[in-house]
Amino acid sequence: MGRFSGFRLFKEGLTGNRGWSPHWRDAEPRSDYDIVIVGGGGHGLATAYHLAETYGARRVALLEKGWIGGGNVGRNTTIVRANYLLPSNQRFYDLSLRLWERMEQDLNYNVMMSQRGVLNLCHSDGQRDAFIRRGNAIRLSGADAVFVTPQEMKKDWPFFDYENARFPIKGGLLQPRGGTARHDAVAWGYARAASDRGVDIIQNCDVTGFDIQRGRVRAVETTRGRIAANKVGVAVAGNTSRVMEMAGLRMPIESHVLQAFVSEGLKPILPGVVTFGVGHFYVSQSDKGGLVYGGDLDGYNSYAQRGNLPMVEHVAAAGVSLMPMIARARMLRSWGGIMDMTMDGSPIIDRTPVDGLYLNGGWCYGGFKAIPGSGLVFAHLLATDAPHPVATGLRLDRFRRGHMIDEGGRGPVPNLQ
Amino acid sequence: MLIPHPLLGPRDAEEFTYLGDATLLDRPDGAAAGAAEAFATYLYDRDNPAGEHRELWFHEHGDQSWLVVTRNTVTHEILTVDLARDVARSARGPGS
Repeated sequence: MGRFSGFRLFKEGLTGNRGWSPHWRDAEPRSDYDIVIVGGGGHGLATAYHLAETYGARRVALLEKGWIGGGNVGRNTTIVRANYLLPSNQRFYDLSLRLWERMEQDLNYNVMMSQRGVLNLCHSDGQRDAFIRRGNAIRLSGADAVFVTPQEMKKDWPFFDYENARFPIKGGLLQPRGGTARHDAVAWGYARAASDRGVDIIQNCDVTGFDIQRGRVRAVETTRGRIAANKVGVAVAGNTSRVMEMAGLRMPIESHVLQAFVSEGLKPILPGVVTFGVGHFYVSQSDKGGLVYGGDLDGYNSYAQRGNLPMVEHVAAAGVSLMPMIARARMLRSWGGIMDMTMDGSPIIDRTPVDGLYLNGGWCYGGFKAIPGSGLVFAHLLATDAPHPVATGLRLDRFRRGHMIDEGGRGPVPNLQ
Repeated sequence: MLIPHPLLGPRDAEEFTYLGDATLLDRPDGAAAGAAEAFATYLYDRDNPAGEHRELWFHEHGDQSWLVVTRNTVTHEILTVDLARDVARSARGPGS
């Protein structure tokens, strides 16, 4: 299908755009593969790409129950950042952010990666101390973080309600390398790159069971027939519990609905991504002009992909508290995505008690920004049977061993993570 | 979402806080053999079904009662609601 380039765009423009072709092959399933990946979201696609590109795997299939880009990879707020406190998380997200920075060159695909900065606002002296501590931890990991005073902030963000009675803005932790990317393009770019390298991308193929013999997975049963595999990697965050139940495993996960919203298109007003301390509000402006924003989980187990109105009101109220000027912007769309909420708010990339069955899940709020890192790390685990050095903490059994990665210090309460 | 409270009638779900799977009512015996493993399972592992789910809601901005709500996690339809006190007592058997 050829590489994308400025020259090619120019040539196609002059010749009626007749030279473009589909970005990836819509493959038919074969009867057996070396490695089968369940789940064609960002994580599954990135894993397939890295298996083929980085680890030289051949005979890899990726099974998607719907269509590529139709799941959570198309239902998020597209924020990219690596600003965690705990080393087990931060070293992984630092790797992921570095992969984001070269993704367009690696994939030869425009994912509209925009490092416009991610700014977390703090509202009390104690919170400011905690932010500075976190900033130091981030810098020690190799990523970037800068503490910004309200005076410095007013240059780029003059419209905040700095003197808000309940949540005055005392400063912010800025990660200049953070930003946003076009979520659909990330899925399409990885699908194209993986397909180019021989991965069979099989859509409309729902996994209905696993063939497990003497503790080892032999095949997956699907709506398009039985597919034998030496190894199976499951990357179906949101539905991890349902898929792993087919292998007889109970997960330290609850599924919750998280809503997101887009306003009507506006002229450029937000220079970057900003988060507010009220109800976990976060917002950026898309290149089309819409404000893309979200807040907390609705807070109860759900597989519905739609939330309820109280959270809509709560998130809108938080946005207007931070930026009174957006009060008259109309909300255009809202939607819900299903999150794997783990017992400590951190993800899982690990082997499972079933030989040959590997798990990538539990992404909570953090799935989108983790895509490139997760793909590399999960491919490493599938190819070598050993955890990648940056993912040694993301174990499935860490809860019962007492090695939780609990950023918020909230304990095993998934709806508060 | 309206939760039909057994004593107070339909109440807005915003009046409640959510704890999760109602299996949390069945606390393991800390003195029994294998208690550490039983507690790890109790604390961390969940069925997390897509469909009917028994779960604990606390009427925080109301009468402070705990409810066991059976709700469909795909449609958000609420099927039955009981006082957690009654559920726990009936689980312990008569005379308790």
